[in-house]
Amino acid sequence: MSRIEGALKALKGQGRKALIPYITAGDPHPDTTVELMHTLVEAGSDIIELGVPFSDPMADGPVIQRACERSLKHGTSLRQVLAMVKEFRTKDADTPVVLMGYLNPMEAMGYEAFADAAADAGVDGILTVDLPPEEADEVAPLFTQRKLDAIFLLAPTTTDDRIRAISEHSSGYVYYVSFKGVTGAGKIDVDEVAAKVEHIHHLTALPVGVGFGIRDAETAAAVGRVSDGVIVGSVLVDTIARNQADTDKLKQALKDLLHPMREALDGLTS
Amino acid sequence: MTEEMLSALPDARGHFGAFGGRFVSETLFDSLLTLETQYKELKQDPEFQARFDKELADYVGRPTPLYFAERLSRETGGAQIWLKREDLCHTGAHKVNNTIGQALLASFLGKKRIIAETGAGQHGVATATVCARLGLECHVFMGAEDVQRQSLNVFRMKLLGAEVHAVESGTRTLKDAMNDAMRDWVANVDDTFYIIGTVAGPHPYPLLVRDFQSVIGRETRRQALEKTGKLPDALVACVGGGSNAIGMFYPFLGDESVELYGVEAGGLGIETGQHAAPLCAGRPGVLHGNRTYLMEDENGQIAGTHSVSAGLDYPGVGPEHSWLKDIGRANYVSVTDDEAMEGFRKLTRVEGIMPALETAHAVAYGMKLAATMDKDQTVVINVSGRGDKDINTVAKLEGIGI
Repeated sequence: MSRIEGALKALKGQGRKALIPYITAGDPHPDTTVELMHTLVEAGSDIIELGVPFSDPMADGPVIQRACERSLKHGTSLRQVLAMVKEFRTKDADTPVVLMGYLNPMEAMGYEAFADAAADAGVDGILTVDLPPEEADEVAPLFTQRKLDAIFLLAPTTTDDRIRAISEHSSGYVYYVSFKGVTGAGKIDVDEVAAKVEHIHHLTALPVGVGFGIRDAETAAAVGRVSDGVIVGSVLVDTIARNQADTDKLKQALKDLLHPMREALDGLTS
Repeated sequence: MTEEMLSALPDARGHFGAFGGRFVSETLFDSLLTLETQYKELKQDPEFQARFDKELADYVGRPTPLYFAERLSRETGGAQIWLKREDLCHTGAHKVNNTIGQALLASFLGKKRIIAETGAGQHGVATATVCARLGLECHVFMGAEDVQRQSLNVFRMKLLGAEVHAVESGTRTLKDAMNDAMRDWVANVDDTFYIIGTVAGPHPYPLLVRDFQSVIGRETRRQALEKTGKLPDALVACVGGGSNAIGMFYPFLGDESVELYGVEAGGLGIETGQHAAPLCAGRPGVLHGNRTYLMEDENGQIAGTHSVSAGLDYPGVGPEHSWLKDIGRANYVSVTDDEAMEGFRKLTRVEGIMPALETAHAVAYGMKLAATMDKDQTVVINVSGRGDKDINTVAKLEGIGI
């Protein structure tokens, strides 16, 4: 059982929902990323999605694009991101880490070399925004062989046939994109998301994480009610941008943001 | 290369060998599948094809002439130089062949809102034009840097009723405009049709843009046979994304005797790194929905580009060109900014035809090539666009205030 599967099973056993924050590696500085990952765990996170910066993040909004730019200004490479995960693992053997990014940096490194290094660093899952399962037949087996979960996206536009097909290619969890748009944009329609997630649960046995548009405890709770986990990205990255000058203040701000979400999610069961 | 091989590519998944494909976020996937299905139906639909042919004839002004550049040939020495006059198309460039095709497609599919990205502004102007023609809402994304370089075209687009969105992110050029157009498309995928201006992007775009632009090569083939009694010995076209080149090359792919030359922007020189020549000096990677040759650093980050021509200033290229390069069917070469400027001056002064700076790259290489060939051979240069839009850039380079 993968670390992701184990973590989600344990949560399910307790009737709890996963809190899954996203930050971009190397933002605001490569030296602070590991520290911030530990902070996320202290604040009650169950799985960390760690963004690999890319020069052309087409599926992301301005908040995450600027995070990529801040990170790339320091020359953050995929190899360095993997080194950050390795360092994180020296103190945390339990929290699953999912790398989230675009295909080209992985292709540039070489898929086999990347898969080896990711497994060696203690990465648990890979989510490649611009890699649909239809194009993944070369890459995905390399991940599977190394017990790395391949996590794919589902969108409001995904047809039932594709939901089934994508789920078959996925392991760990599937990531449901809550609205048509880029990260950090738009307002989430909770009823619509609830209906769609319920429908997805009929089509796959995999846990469903929901991301895009979750900015506060209230939406986290509303989405957590119907899903297995909530993924929180732009609001955290925005917090990092606003507090980049002072790491202690930044860590506190991240905790202040995540704690109410954690409580709201745990409050669903009581 | 046989007819079957030609018609077989791209394959069902939109691949040209190792290139092409559909590398997009999930939200867009279904739209691309639908577009592919609908386009394949419309391609067989006599009503759609008749309408497209009529627009090309009566609105675009086709066929464009194949013109014997007698004075240029004499000055150059060597092969006869013929010019395919896409600069005489409505709006002044080949781009309109594709935009009228895609705008008709959008209309047949009932989509009323159009988005497009543009570098030099030719594709933006062509899109704004056909949107005015068909009564469609038009949004054009353009890098802030290009908005400045191409203020004349920005003004034209606005006059035509388009909203121009200046893109401030990244390198503020064409690739960033394409990123923002894709972001808009993800957010408005239900009612919006994205008119991609070149043979890049996710499947089926490289296929449908090629189909719409192939009229260039079909006409050239027929005209060459009529006027010279034989097929040309060489075709030369500039390559940014590569739409005018593929439009010219595609109908000749099966004619093994015809040499194909795609000319990339060598900028300040390939060795300086300041260029926009992914086929000459890049490597395969994934950007903007397809696998193709790219300019990137060792970590897979997309590199900044440089060209005197905003229209060639793109770090990628259409996947079919990548495939043609790898199988050796087409040759990809580059010329520098300076050589292109020399081509611009020469064609202007010797033939009275002022080419776009993109085209000037093809002119510069075409002359070089012709000089190495025999007098009874023929070279066709695709004059993809006219140079009016580049007057500001040229004046600045020449130190002239206008």
